[in-house]
Amino acid sequence: MNFKKILPQLLTLVVVILVFGFFSYNAQVNMENRGITFGYGFLSQESSFDVQFSLIEYDGSHSYFRAYLVGLLNTILVSVIGIVFATIIGVVVGIARLSNNYLIERTAAIYVEFFRNIPLLLQIFFWYFAALRALPLPEKADPIFGVFFLTIKGFFVPAFVWNNLDIFIYSVIAAIISIVFVRLYAKKKQENQGIQTPVLSISIGLLIILPLLSFLLGGVNASVEIPVIEQLSQTSFTFKGGLKLPPELISLALALSLYTATFIAECVRAGVQGVSKGQKEAAASIGLTPNQVLKLVVMPQALRIIIPPTTNQYLNLTKNSSLAAAIAYPDLVLVFAGTALMQTGRAIEIVSITMLTYLTLSITISIFMNWYNKKIAIKEK
Amino acid sequence: MFKLVKRLTSVVAMFAVLFTFTTETMAAKKSKTLKNTQKKGFVRCGVSQGLPGFSNADAAGNWTGVDVDVCRAVAAAVLGDASKVKFTPLSAKERFTALTSNEIDILSRNTTWTLSRDADIGLTFVGVNFYDGQGFMVRKNSGISSVNDFKAGVSACTNLGTTTELNMRDFFNSKGIKYEPVTFEKADEVVAAYDAGRCDTYTTDKSGLAAQRIKLSNPDDHMVLPETISKEPLGPVVRQGDSVWEDIVRWSLNTMIEAEEYGVTSANADMMKTSDNPAVKRLVGAEGELGAALGLDNEWSLRIIKQVGNYGESYKRNIADTGILPDRGPNQLWTKGGILYVPPAR
Repeated sequence: MNFKKILPQLLTLVVVILVFGFFSYNAQVNMENRGITFGYGFLSQESSFDVQFSLIEYDGSHSYFRAYLVGLLNTILVSVIGIVFATIIGVVVGIARLSNNYLIERTAAIYVEFFRNIPLLLQIFFWYFAALRALPLPEKADPIFGVFFLTIKGFFVPAFVWNNLDIFIYSVIAAIISIVFVRLYAKKKQENQGIQTPVLSISIGLLIILPLLSFLLGGVNASVEIPVIEQLSQTSFTFKGGLKLPPELISLALALSLYTATFIAECVRAGVQGVSKGQKEAAASIGLTPNQVLKLVVMPQALRIIIPPTTNQYLNLTKNSSLAAAIAYPDLVLVFAGTALMQTGRAIEIVSITMLTYLTLSITISIFMNWYNKKIAIKEK
Repeated sequence: MFKLVKRLTSVVAMFAVLFTFTTETMAAKKSKTLKNTQKKGFVRCGVSQGLPGFSNADAAGNWTGVDVDVCRAVAAAVLGDASKVKFTPLSAKERFTALTSNEIDILSRNTTWTLSRDADIGLTFVGVNFYDGQGFMVRKNSGISSVNDFKAGVSACTNLGTTTELNMRDFFNSKGIKYEPVTFEKADEVVAAYDAGRCDTYTTDKSGLAAQRIKLSNPDDHMVLPETISKEPLGPVVRQGDSVWEDIVRWSLNTMIEAEEYGVTSANADMMKTSDNPAVKRLVGAEGELGAALGLDNEWSLRIIKQVGNYGESYKRNIADTGILPDRGPNQLWTKGGILYVPPAR
C-alpha cells in the first residue's frame, strides 16, 4: 500500500478545497451583507441592448444568453482570422529570415523586432485610428474590382444569396470525405507497391467537381448581392446590401496577426535551424528533389520544434483578442463582461462565466495542438 | 522652555484624543463607514475618468466639478476640511463594483438613478444633483436638425455599460429605424471615433455631449439636437445597509441646494448666523441640534456652505462659467422655474 505516496496529494486536495471554500464562503457572506443576490436566472431575461455586429441573428429582444453567444462567436471569429493570418505571415517571415538574400533577411528581422517590441494595445489603437483617419468616407470610396468598397464605416463586400445551400454544403462534405479515402488508398498503394499517386491534383479535382455537380444537378444556385451606396442625410452615406465587415474587426484582426506573426516567425526560424545540416545533405545524396527534401525530411523534423511554442502563440492571440473592448469590437468581453455586466450588475456570475469560457477556448486549442504534436512526434519503433 | 512646549503639546494631544472620543456619538457607532472615514481622515470618492463640469482633474491633479463638490461637501461635514477627499477615477463598467466591494464610500460619477440599480445590486441612491437627459450630437452640415431626420443604417457612437445603450435601442425601435451601435469602453475613444467620421451621431447625456464637444477638433462644426429622449437623474450613490452614512451624504447635498434657496453663500454664511429667519439659522447651525441626529457637530452644514458653497455657486463655477451649459434648464430651483426641490432641513 503506497499510502505515503497518496498522502501529500490528498493533503494538497484538501487545501485546495479549503481555499476555494473559504473564498466562496467569504463572497457569499459579503454579498449577503450588501444585499446582492446571486443566480444565473438573468441569462434568460431579455437583454434590451443591441450589438453592432453579430454572426447569428440578434437584437435586444433576445436573451442575455444569446448576447453571450454573440460575443463568444465574435471572439472566435477574430481569433480564427488572426490565427490563420498570423500563421501565414509568421511562416513567410520566418523563412525569409533564413534567406541568403541580405535585403529580405534584414527586412524580415526589422519587421519582427519592430512589431514584437511595441505593446499590443498601442498597436490596436494605432491600426484602428490610423485606419479611421486613412480610410475614405463611403461617398468618396473607390470601388475595388467594381464591387468591393473599403470605407471608414467598414469593408463592404458582395454577399452570396443561396438557393438550396444545404445541398451545396453536403456536396462539399462529400468531397472532403472522398479525399480522405483517396489519401488512405494512396498511402496503402505506396506501402504495398511503391507507386506514388498524385493525391493533390485528385483532391483539388474532387473539391471542384462535386460542388459543381450540385449546381448542375442539385438545383443549387447563388446570386451575388452587390453593396449599393445609400444616402442617410445631406453629407452622410452608407452602403446597403452585401456583407459588411466593421473597421473594428479589420483593425483588430490586423493588429493581432501582425503582432503574433513575429513570435511565430521566430518559432519557425528556430525550428528550421534546429534540423541539422547533415539531414538535408543526406536526403539530397539519396536523390530526393529539393521539394521532397523540404517536405519529407526538413519540415517533419522542424515541425516538432515549431508546434509547442506556436501553440502558446495561438493561445496568446485568443486571449489578447479581449483587448477588443478598447476599440468597440463586440467580442465576449465587450458584450458580455461589459454591457451585460453593467445592465445586470451580476459581476461575479458574469466574470466567472467569461473566465470559464476563455479557459475552455484555450484548452480546446491546446488539446487540438497537443494531438497534432503527438501525431508528428518521433514514433520510436 | 523647550520642556514646557513639549508638555503643552502632550496636553493638547490628550484633549484631542478626549475630543474625538466624545464626538463619536451613537450615530458614529452605528455607521461603520462614518467611523472608518473619521479614522482614515479622508473621504473615499469614486468619480469619472474626466468629464468637464462634473469631475475632471487638471494638470496638477486637482479635481473640480459638481460631482466632485458633493464629495467635498461630505468631507467638510464629516472631517471639517473639504480638501480631505481621495478621488478614484472609475470607468462606467467598474463603478458599482468599486462601491459594493468597499473601495470607495461615495460614488459621485454622473450616475443615472434607476429602479434596477437602486434595488437589485446593493446600492442606494441618495438624491439628484443634476437632471439630465439623453441627446444626440451631429455634424452641422449633415442637414439633420431633429431626431426625426435619422434614417435606417445610421451609426451611433456611445459609451459602454450605460443607460444610454438601452435608451438608444428604445428610441430607434420606437421609430422603426435599424441602426448600428458602436460602443467604446472610454469616452475619449468615442470622441475620437465620432470625430474621425466612424459614426453619424454621438449619443449620451446632454451635459456629457456639451462637455465632450469641446474636445472635438472643430467644435463649431457640430451641434446637439434639441430633442431629449430620456430622463437621466444623476446623483451620488452609497452602499446599501449604512443608513446613517446615506443620510449624511443625502443631507450634505440637500444643504447645498437649500443654501441656494435661502440665499446663503460661501461669502455670507457667517453673517447668516444672526439672520431673522429661523430656517436660515437652522441651516447654518445657529439654531437646533440637527448635526447630532447625523452623528456630527452642529457646524457641519456651515462648513459645507463656507468651504464648498451652495449649489448655485458650484454650478456657476463648474458648468456655467466653463461654457458647458450656461443655461441651468431644469437644474434651477423650484422657486425659479426649475425642478430642484429638496425636503426642508429641520
